[in-house]
Formats: sequence, C-alpha cells, structure tokens
Amino acid sequence: MSDVWITIGCLAVVTALIRASGPVLLGGHALPERVQGVIALLAPALLAALVVVETFGDPAGGRLELDARAAGVGAAAAVLLLRRSTLAAIAAAAAVTALLRALA
Amino acid sequence: MSSVRRTGESREAFRAGIRVGIPYAFAALLLAVSFGVVAEPLMGPVAPIVMSAIVFAGSAQFAATAVLAAGGGVVAAVVAGTLLNARYGPMGVALAPWLRGSAVRRAATGQAMIDFSWAAASRGGGRFDPPFMLGATLLSYPAWVGGTALGAVAGGAIGDPARLGLDAIFPAFFLALLLEGELRVGRPLAAAAIAVLIAVALLPVAPAGVPVIAASVAALIGIGRR
Repeated sequence: MSDVWITIGCLAVVTALIRASGPVLLGGHALPERVQGVIALLAPALLAALVVVETFGDPAGGRLELDARAAGVGAAAAVLLLRRSTLAAIAAAAAVTALLRALA
Repeated sequence: MSSVRRTGESREAFRAGIRVGIPYAFAALLLAVSFGVVAEPLMGPVAPIVMSAIVFAGSAQFAATAVLAAGGGVVAAVVAGTLLNARYGPMGVALAPWLRGSAVRRAATGQAMIDFSWAAASRGGGRFDPPFMLGATLLSYPAWVGGTALGAVAGGAIGDPARLGLDAIFPAFFLALLLEGELRVGRPLAAAAIAVLIAVALLPVAPAGVPVIAASVAALIGIGRR
C-alpha cells in the first residue's frame, strides 16, 4: 500500500475515534456541575479561535499572514454588525477577497 | 437536562437544521472542489474522493495532503491531520449529555460533527440540539464528497475555486455564528477574547491545529460556574 492510502486509512480511523469518544464515553449523562460552566464557554472560544486561524493562518501552520482574507472577513464583520445577515456577510467576504486578489 | 423530546419536535429541528445548512453546504462544495484540485496530482483521482468520504474533515485533509506533498511521510501527515481534528474531542464532550440511545447510535451521531453544524446546534449555556446538528450536516456530506470528485476528475478544466475568495468564506461563517449566537457580554465575551489572544500568539510558531485546540483552554474560565 502506498503512503497515500495508509495516511487516508489512519486518519479516517483516528478522526472517527475522536468524534466518537465524547458521545460514547459520556453520552446521555449530565456532566459534573463544575465542568458545565467550561462547556458553556467552549463554543464562543472555539469559534473565536477558528475565525482568527482561518483569517490569518497558513494551512501548513507556523505562520501569521495578513492578506486579502483579512479585508474580506473585516467586510463580513461590518455587514454582520449593520445588517445581521449571514448570507450578505459571506458574500461580502468572498467578493472583497476576490476583488483584492484580482487587483493585486 | 432536557426532557425527552417528542419525535415531532426532533423532526422539526432536523428540518430546520437542513435549511440552515444549505448555504454552508454550497461553500463546502466549492472548498471540496479546491481539495480535489489540490490533491489529485499527488493522489490520483480516486484517493481524494475516498478520503473525503471517510475522513470528512476539510482542514485535516488539506493539512495531511500538504505534508505528503512536501515529502513529510505517513506519520507526519497523520499527526498533522490529527492535531487539526483534536478539537472534535472537547466538542464531542459538550455534545454528549444531549445524546440518547445506544453507544453505537451516539458514536454515529458524533461522526456528524463538523464545526459549522456543532456551533449552529449550540443553544448557549452548554445546551445542544443533536437533531438540528444532524440536519445541518446532512447536505454538507454529499457536497463535500461530490465536490471532491468534481475537482479531482475535472479540476484541469475548471481551475481552483480558491482564487474566488473562497478561503474568506469559512472565517466569515464562523464569525456570523459567533456574533449572532454565542457572543454574549460577560464570560462568553471574555472566553472569546482570551481564545483570540492565544490563537494569535500561537499562529506564528505552532503547527496547524494547535492554536485552535490551545485556544479552547480559554473556556476554563467558566470552571465551577453555571
């Protein structure tokens, strides 16, 4: 088997195990009181980190980049604050980023 | 904990999730075309499609493929992909209390976790709506696999859609979920701010995936509080 197929197989198994772990081990039971406050903050923390990483990150890691994406996401933020429309915000992000790249 | 929901309510939530998932599935389709285009020269046309079908995690697939393309080897590629998917661990812990049924059924529901559907199914205060999450993921799966096939088979003819500003769509989606749902004044805002600081500090130095999983530590400011 080639490296490609071994990688695909291993990554598929590991990913499935990670996705299954919480649901299988802790499913259907309330979490301890002390942990519930942490879980409540997981969504805002993860989403904020994903915004940063996907705006300024490099897919290969180890770099912080300021490029057309930042302007696109900035445009999306402006639309969200003014109009609260997800679709308009996403369209603005793509349009501004593509425009800047076309001009560059 | 929620009371046991009637089937009708679950079906309603599932349908609502499907509607919310439509624009994201379209974006996932475009990103998948991009993955197919990028992966085909390394893997040939079939392996990228199989990878999308059985891994179903965009950033991990891009990262593992990039490592292989750079000659990094199997172990480095699997580690890179695993680091990017490690966030599904805590995400699954958050989802777990709201899942019903056998362990096999709960494990299957866990496979439907993607960033978008998980966050969209979050109801604040740590509550989750699993049928809504399943609905929100439903269209993204065929979009992801089909888009990969399109990119891998016809990539030469259509080009890489990434140049259309596609890579700004995903942070915009997450920003919308953050601003419209999760970001309330008080601890959620503080956790988000700390997460941003951690992610910015680690981005220039850490391998891909590490900044996000490290930033989730910001949620610990909620320990012992309701």
